[in-house]
Amino acid sequence: MIELKNISKYYNPGSVNELCLFDKFSLTVNDGEFVSVVGSNGSGKTSMLNIICGSIPIDSGNIIVNGTDITLKKDYLRHRRIGRVFQDPSKGTCPSMNILENMSIADNKGKPFDLGRGTNKAKVAYYQELLRPLNLGLEDKMYTQVGSLSGGQRQALSLLMSTMTPVEFLILDEHTAALDPKTAEIIMQLTGKIVKEKKLTTIMVTHNLRYAVEYGNRLVMMHEGTVIMDKSGSDKKAVETEEIMAIFNKISVECGN
Amino acid sequence: MALVLSVFEQGMIYAIMALGMYITYKILDFPDMTVDGSFPMGAAITAILISRGMNPFIALPVCFMAGALVGVLTGLIHVKLRVRDLLSGIIMMTALYSVNLTIAGRANVPIYNRQTIFDNEFMNKIIPEALNPYKTLLVVTIITLVTKLLLDAYMATKSGFLLRAVGDNDTLVTSLGVDKGLVKIIGLAIANGLVALSGSIFAQQQRFFDISIGTGTAVIGLASVIIGTSLLKKVNFLKITTSVVIGSLIYKACVALAVRMGLPSSYLKFITAALFLLILVFGMDRNTKAKAKPQAADRSQL
Repeated sequence: MIELKNISKYYNPGSVNELCLFDKFSLTVNDGEFVSVVGSNGSGKTSMLNIICGSIPIDSGNIIVNGTDITLKKDYLRHRRIGRVFQDPSKGTCPSMNILENMSIADNKGKPFDLGRGTNKAKVAYYQELLRPLNLGLEDKMYTQVGSLSGGQRQALSLLMSTMTPVEFLILDEHTAALDPKTAEIIMQLTGKIVKEKKLTTIMVTHNLRYAVEYGNRLVMMHEGTVIMDKSGSDKKAVETEEIMAIFNKISVECGN
Repeated sequence: MALVLSVFEQGMIYAIMALGMYITYKILDFPDMTVDGSFPMGAAITAILISRGMNPFIALPVCFMAGALVGVLTGLIHVKLRVRDLLSGIIMMTALYSVNLTIAGRANVPIYNRQTIFDNEFMNKIIPEALNPYKTLLVVTIITLVTKLLLDAYMATKSGFLLRAVGDNDTLVTSLGVDKGLVKIIGLAIANGLVALSGSIFAQQQRFFDISIGTGTAVIGLASVIIGTSLLKKVNFLKITTSVVIGSLIYKACVALAVRMGLPSSYLKFITAALFLLILVFGMDRNTKAKAKPQAADRSQL
């Protein structure tokens, strides 16, 4: 369970450019929830993910995971329980290393990075089995540099890598935004499958309202640092894309764009 | 012939330093100026140990450890005190000048008539008399190759993978639950360890320590790395570490040629700098970091 309690975050505090992103923002994500988060640019969706992961500091408030306050915990320590996929496909993989090396390094998460051999030949077949269902042909490219793969292929690999080891939470930051529609579809199906199989508590930020409606069991809409819509369970199932679109347009008009 | 021999000897010695700079500059993307201080530090420690009668082979691991310590300090300044990479190195380089003078006691320490790794009872026994002119080159080549192979082996370990990952994409290292700062510090430690080791061997070959030998170390190292990675990038069968060693030999040969063509030896550092500039211009490694990365990527698999 992730609890954000009374989070306040200001950019450039004390200057003329002071910008209040969150003022006493609270949100609770329960175990097993797959939350789709939508909202306009600047509504604080990505900042919220960064705050959970410790990538940006907060001014006040508490971040509580499974009852433990992690507000002051370093980012890399938090990531031991979190799998994370970014919008930019290059952030989840190492371009100068090949697929086998990338998967090996991800597979070693949580274990010591010592002087043992970086890759294990015996595991190649297992990694290929993981790649095969993607239907991207990656299983035949184990020794190909990840930097030479397409964005979609890298993102699929990033998603696999982020969930290879046992993690509790999956944080998806517009992870299909940089992909073409067909590849985005493949990645979303893979996401749904992984979340279901591994029973991950997931927060997915997306600009694709259809994905937000189709996937997940809770839907949150954010606007100017607050939650303006929060539907879960049967309410969420009843939500239609058009309905969200209407609310979305309304807040956008209010903002003057 | 003596010139060729000396080029190979010095090229091989500086190659160890260049391998260290390959770690910081190419892998960690960290322009590390500390080397201008850690190279003469290796030389200073060696000169003092040998002049006190210490076994010259002991000086090698001692210098590596001392260099590693210096690398850790540069890393701590950068990671913990959040000083920019270039400035962290400059701070350490400047401070080390005084440290080196303190270690050596004075600006110049000769170690003539002392045993070195090239000239001692053991080496004199196992290397036949006929090979005497090539003794230094032989010993240096073996040490450089062993160092290169050890570095290659390290790069294939889990820890080595992290080092490669942190220069490539440090977000991934954080995502793996590892402190990227710590990985950078380890990289700097290994790099400066190698640089000090190279300084130790250099002092033993020259048979003296001089406070000024460190000036321009970073330039020589960077030039070797860039020659190795840019000029030799078409030669696909070479490992990148091998290319760096060859880069060091080529660079030393260029400097020797320039001196041979009649430039006074007081121009040595000028030649060093001018050649580096030429290499940067023709190697096109100036503002093409983003483009250069994938090229480096293509190579490191080989």
